[in-house]
Amino acid sequence: MVTMTSAPFEYEKPESVAEASRLLSKYGGNGKLLAGGHSLVPLMKLRLASPDALIDLSGINDLKGIKSTANGLSIGSMTTYHELESSSDVQSGAPLLADAASQVADTQVRNFGTIGGAVSHSDPASDLPPVVLALDATMVTGSQRSGREIPADRFFKDFLTTALRPNEVLVRIDIPKLPANTGTAYVKMANKASHYALVGVAAVITLGAGGVCERARVALTGAGPHAVRARRAERILEGKVLAGNVIRNASKRVGAELDGMFNEDVHASAEYREAMTQVYAERAITAAVANAG
Amino acid sequence: MPTTINVTVNGTTRTDTVDERLLLVQYLREVHSLTGTHIGCDTSSCGACTVHLDGKSVKSCTVFAVQADGSEVTTVEGLASNGTVHPVQAAFKEKHGLQCGFCTPGMIMTSVELLERNPDPSEEEIRSGIRGNLCRCTGYHNIVQAVKFAAMESK
Ligand SMILES: Cc1cc2nc3c(=O)[nH]c(=O)nc-3n(C[C@H](O)[C@H](O)[C@H](O)COP(=O)(O)OP(=O)(O)OC[C@H]3O[C@@H](n4cnc5c(N)ncnc54)[C@H](O)[C@@H]3O)c2cc1C
Ligand code: FES
Ligand code: FES
Repeated sequence: MVTMTSAPFEYEKPESVAEASRLLSKYGGNGKLLAGGHSLVPLMKLRLASPDALIDLSGINDLKGIKSTANGLSIGSMTTYHELESSSDVQSGAPLLADAASQVADTQVRNFGTIGGAVSHSDPASDLPPVVLALDATMVTGSQRSGREIPADRFFKDFLTTALRPNEVLVRIDIPKLPANTGTAYVKMANKASHYALVGVAAVITLGAGGVCERARVALTGAGPHAVRARRAERILEGKVLAGNVIRNASKRVGAELDGMFNEDVHASAEYREAMTQVYAERAITAAVANAG
Repeated sequence: MPTTINVTVNGTTRTDTVDERLLLVQYLREVHSLTGTHIGCDTSSCGACTVHLDGKSVKSCTVFAVQADGSEVTTVEGLASNGTVHPVQAAFKEKHGLQCGFCTPGMIMTSVELLERNPDPSEEEIRSGIRGNLCRCTGYHNIVQAVKFAAMESK
């Protein structure tokens, strides 16, 4: 006898976004979209998730592929980490995304985990949410009727919660072109076993005349219930020449948006995460400034 | 409601009707009697269950068999051709890249993909490439030597 770890479910494999959305409505909140399955399947095996139906997105062509457009990159939600890290379009158009994807987990997970699954899941320790925040990405959704465009900074709402509606499918992620003289970096303190981020910071820095910071985007993952943009730190950086003390002062404010709600779990205490947030923020901003030249 | 799937395993296509919750690793071991693919942690962490799904390494405890419908699966049993073991298998033997052997099928499947993508990896690239596969015995040293040896032999 084979032991079944998951609860029973129906398996659906739609061929269009509208059909996937119709199935979500049909199962009335008890259907789950399946992308790479590398967050959902482990949860189902532990019966922390027991959906009545799995709606497998792998048969929908509209969710696949990376397109280079006049405005930037358009990335299908079913694009895997491996495709992101090995795509020359992503390496040149959004090196931050290629680099962060290469830091996720291990080869096997990167072969199947997708950008759409990663952002829709909104795991507090996930690597790509801070990257799409720092890149000012737009989440483009579809449903039976129409779609929406949701800016990244209005997408992540809470622990495992996003702005997606119950019958909505994330179709693609649009990433605008970066201005000239922009440097980017993603630096994380990885859990030694899973490589999930204990804390991770993404920074995108644009320098103007005389090395003055024209535009700063800094986003944080791992530290709180969901990834957040560090607007207070951004404001400290913008308009200044980024000497070490300016970067240090800004880094101290990178966790400010969490209002003291740092995560505490078996991997790290809240105090440790708070301290490491400053350390990794300083490293990320410094590295972004260094390659902004 | 059981679902009917067509999967090509090590070159042979078969039709089976399976429970949707059957994991790919269970399908390979219980339905195909291919017990070379091991179950270590059953929680997506150890890599002992690694097989190739449409040419890409995957932890087969983390996909359902229904997801492999219409796909090709290669297990460690499918690496040898005409009675000759794969160069990576030969290298693990030559460099003693195993002790108890529990992690070995998964290690080999990951290493085969690693060398397909990067035929001349540095030691660091090998260590990072196999980081999803855990070994409780060897301390990894001889596994890394085996992958290096396989790369050298294939030149
Ligand atoms: C061993 C291991 C180590 C890992 N380490 C890391 C790590 O270091 N860093 C990291 O960031 N992550 C890590 N992960 C998580 C991994 O990156 C997951 O693949 C990812 O978080 C989810 O992507 P997925 O495609 O597998 O999504 P799935 O598991 O298929 O789906 C996740 C959730 O998103 C929903 N969903 C999926 N696609 C869509 C869509 N298009 N529209 C709407 N909703 C959708 C699903 O319904 C589900 O609720 C690890 C996972 C494992 C198993
Ligand atoms: S048994 Fe699949 S990863 Fe351990
Ligand atoms: S040889 Fe025993 S676990 Fe690797």
